[in-house]
Amino acid sequence: MQLTETIETTRLWRPGSLSLAANAPSGPIERAWDKARFEMKLVSPANKRKHEIIVVGSGLAGASAAATLAELGYNVKCFCFQDSPRRAHSIAAQGGINAAKNYHNDGDSVYRLFYDTVKGGDFRSREANVYRLAQISVHIIDQCVAQGVPFAREYGGTLANRSFGGAQVSRTFYARGQTGQQLLLGAYQALERQVDAGRVKMFPRTEMLDLVVVDGKARGIVTRDLVSGAIESQAADAVVLATGGYGNVYFLSTNAKGSNCTAIWRAYKRGAAFANPCFTQIHPTCIPVSGHYQSKLTLMSESLRNDGRIWVPLNKGDKRAPNEIPEAERDYYLERRYPSFGNLVPRDVASRNAKAVCDEGRGVGEHGLGVYLDFADAIARLGRGVIEERYGNLFEMYQRITGENPYQTPMRIYPAIHYTMGGLWVDYQLMSTIPGLFVIGEANFSDHGANRLGASALMQGLSDGYFILPYTIGNYLAAHKFEKIDTLNEEFRAAQDAVAERTSRLLQTRGTRTVDSFHRELGKLVWDFCGMSRNAGGLEHAIGKIRELREEYWREVKVPGAAKEINQSLEKAGRVADFFELAELMCIDALHREESCGAHFREEHATADGEALRDDARFSYVAAWQYNGGDPPLLNQEPLSFEYVHPSQRSYK
Amino acid sequence: MKLIFHIWRQRDRGSPGRMVRYEKDGLNPDMSMLEALDVLNEDLTIKGEDPVVFEHDCREGICGSCGFMINGVAHGPLLKTTVCQLTLRHFENGQELYLEPWRAKAFPILRDLMVDRSAFDRIIASGGYISTPTGSAPDGNVIPISKEAAERAMDAAACIGCGACVAACPNASASLFTGAKISHLGLLPQGQPERASRALRMVARMNEEGFGQCTNIGECEAVCPKGIRLEVISRMNHDFLKASWAARQPATD
Amino acid sequence: MSATVAEEGIQKPQVLRFWSTTTGKKAVMAVTGAILALFVIGHLIGNLQIFLGPDQFNGYARALRHLPELVWPVRVILFISVILHIWSSIELAVTKSEARPVGYTRWKPAGSSYASRTMYWSGPIVAAFVVYHLMQFTFGVGGTPYNRLDTYGNVISGFRVPAVSLFYIFAMALLCLHLRHGLWSLFQTLGFYHPRHTPRIHRAASLISLFIFFGFISIPIAVMLRVIPPIL
Repeated sequence: MQLTETIETTRLWRPGSLSLAANAPSGPIERAWDKARFEMKLVSPANKRKHEIIVVGSGLAGASAAATLAELGYNVKCFCFQDSPRRAHSIAAQGGINAAKNYHNDGDSVYRLFYDTVKGGDFRSREANVYRLAQISVHIIDQCVAQGVPFAREYGGTLANRSFGGAQVSRTFYARGQTGQQLLLGAYQALERQVDAGRVKMFPRTEMLDLVVVDGKARGIVTRDLVSGAIESQAADAVVLATGGYGNVYFLSTNAKGSNCTAIWRAYKRGAAFANPCFTQIHPTCIPVSGHYQSKLTLMSESLRNDGRIWVPLNKGDKRAPNEIPEAERDYYLERRYPSFGNLVPRDVASRNAKAVCDEGRGVGEHGLGVYLDFADAIARLGRGVIEERYGNLFEMYQRITGENPYQTPMRIYPAIHYTMGGLWVDYQLMSTIPGLFVIGEANFSDHGANRLGASALMQGLSDGYFILPYTIGNYLAAHKFEKIDTLNEEFRAAQDAVAERTSRLLQTRGTRTVDSFHRELGKLVWDFCGMSRNAGGLEHAIGKIRELREEYWREVKVPGAAKEINQSLEKAGRVADFFELAELMCIDALHREESCGAHFREEHATADGEALRDDARFSYVAAWQYNGGDPPLLNQEPLSFEYVHPSQRSYK
Repeated sequence: MKLIFHIWRQRDRGSPGRMVRYEKDGLNPDMSMLEALDVLNEDLTIKGEDPVVFEHDCREGICGSCGFMINGVAHGPLLKTTVCQLTLRHFENGQELYLEPWRAKAFPILRDLMVDRSAFDRIIASGGYISTPTGSAPDGNVIPISKEAAERAMDAAACIGCGACVAACPNASASLFTGAKISHLGLLPQGQPERASRALRMVARMNEEGFGQCTNIGECEAVCPKGIRLEVISRMNHDFLKASWAARQPATD
Repeated sequence: MSATVAEEGIQKPQVLRFWSTTTGKKAVMAVTGAILALFVIGHLIGNLQIFLGPDQFNGYARALRHLPELVWPVRVILFISVILHIWSSIELAVTKSEARPVGYTRWKPAGSSYASRTMYWSGPIVAAFVVYHLMQFTFGVGGTPYNRLDTYGNVISGFRVPAVSLFYIFAMALLCLHLRHGLWSLFQTLGFYHPRHTPRIHRAASLISLFIFFGFISIPIAVMLRVIPPIL
């Protein structure tokens, strides 16, 4: 597909000159992955142990990749900032993992999962990648079952499935509300097995602070030991980033407090292109903010929407208790506006509608930022026992946090940042624009387009880690010659010095404001202007404000303590510094993409009844941004073509 | 609302520590315990003091990072709740709270309320897995697993590895943690081939790490935020004794 | 022979490897504890015959003296059990104190019973009592009148000393506590858990230990209240 416009130079960006070739095999999409695997060069078993591979991050993608690479015979070094690889934030995923098993005989297939994912992503993902993801999905379930993941079962002993997040087939496998935990523990245990076998050296409490590129190839990383504070370098033949998403740029998100963008941002600044940074997903069912001290938002599984009904009072400013509002004065706005999907519309639609009714002044709760998720009908229809069995642990959690009993009074929910579809640009082999730098899981941009379907994040992380990267990295290693490299060489020393310099700069600023106070302010800016809905004026304003705040940050931040000790403030300070830079790029990306697609909603580009309006003629491409020193970033385009799933306007009416 | 904290402050692994008193007013009953510490730390930072170091990450009770003793009870007074989800409405205005790190030889204190729990990882590495190299798995429905077995395995697998069981145990035993993994895998058909060697290796590793013995008193079960039952320890004992009794010893090294 | 085979050769024998684990030592404690508990029940049944009069009671004692082929093996087994029970408990006590070198400034029980937390107190005190008990009634050096052939008389004159009786009752109270936890705990230690039977075992342990307590203390109390008369 030819793009109709050439990129103009503006105040905020300039045209780049990268040729972004995905290198997906030609021919029928069903056979593309087979073909690619056959065409790959192999590393002989005897040579695998001569290669060192660095894996940064130990979540679903990182742990599964590190374990599998080690099983294949490579020497792996795996890094995580947490005290144990088992703590990675994949552990918090509740709902489930999709796979096109069609165990329920309800018409699912690899093709349908592929189709749903491309459509759900609002035609901003790469078809070949998505098809491969759907193909691999079935193997993931097999692998996890064999590892001992206790998926829910039917009475006959077969695997249970549920329909999730609006899917019209039951393809979601789950382990209570703790699917992410169980999948991660499976991968973690496989990883620990390799640690015991001596094939993986694990570096917990170690944070990657820079990427080292030698002769154009990724050859190592610079790390800080979070206990001793020592800044060290590690060399390897390839580097894999599996460091998750950047949702914490918003300060309040469902991400873990430690989740950060530093690894991918450092890679960006070393030359890796950053794709679609403005594609950030909002999850519609989170517990609303209760006060200014709030440190994070807690997600309630989307599965709640299967039985709960979402409503707000019909009238503005109705402050009555929910049970006192008669049926006639309630607005079940999703059921009203989307009769066929009702409460099960995709995440972005559910979220935007919640924001809209709250903006109209019909929100509930103390701050008016919330809508009701009501189980009264479901309890009347199915009985309390069934609801308890399905959602008991979620109800308990809700009550623990809010002190309210959802069996008696409706839950209050509000959207929150949950997942970032954007990430480092990768080709079909999951390699970034820096040779030897591979990016997997949420850290890359590849499979979800502008919006991710529920229960697809776990699928992608494990697909990348267990089944794709272990092949493609071999192809890269077999095709190149690797000189032994010493971490005392020039590039390593320069990177290490830069990291040390940055660290000491943060410590020496000795200003008047805490890191968190800046982070909160930044998060609010990005949420207000580059959150659920965006417009040009707001984005321009945000960019200016972010720059001002960033300057103040480097002047006024106060980081107590020293470099050579456990210093959580220092850890945060480095991460927030990177969030400032990323936030600006997100706004620039959102500003340049003058269309609405998936989670990216530009108010200027909406249909008459307020639905997202895509512009395929101008924006059917991946925006891959390139760092350009102090100058505006360079915009490169990877055109997207759709040979199998033809772009259509999504409709959930 | 106001709380009076007595918090264990210790600079690093080698230094001596002590309890330090902090008064904090203006707290909100809807805050979590960790948010209260965040607010305290903001104050300390502005005053130029070192903030209190405590471990935390997901703040929704699943990652297992957080945890400390509150008035002598691991994760505080609310059952089945980690400190990140423990809201202040469970305390009284003006209450004195004693915050201490998990204490066990196998969990050396790194700083303040942060301890090193890597012994848990080493216990898992010694056998807490099913050896299934990627790609070797048969179809997921080939081996039926009864709903009950899957549910019971899930009960045990719910462990978040926070270490509260060790902290609460008068013997600093890791039996609940180790037993949970042995039970989770031992309850599933896929876990049978390595069941005997797993029990022998994990129990031996647990002892080598310096954890104490289980005296079946049940403190661990009472404080476990995920409700892991003492039954898992019994299963561990069973598997261990059976493997020890067996005529042919499974390979353990 | 490869190096690995040689290494296996110097590996610990199975029994030592078993003993080196806390789980193994606990199993030894459980089995020996079960043996000792069975003896305690048998001993109580024997002792309660005192209520049937001096002839019956002395007759029972005489019968035991005339059955060395039964008594001595039992004594050997009991002796070995006591040694192993104490030995493993000492080793485990060391493990326990090493496992938490620095204690908490505050610690509050959240779910354990008093009996379970006091095993390391009740055990040694009961052991000390057993030593005195043997001195008094088996070797006759307990400081109370003793006649090797008149067991009944020994009991009466022994328990007429209030201090002796009080110590006895106190020791039985501790034994009761010890058994209340020990009797169910041994099943758990030996790997028996059953969703329905385990709670029953719990209840049975409480009942049996109370029975043992009241059974044993009924004798000194009856002696002191003159319910059991001396032989005139």
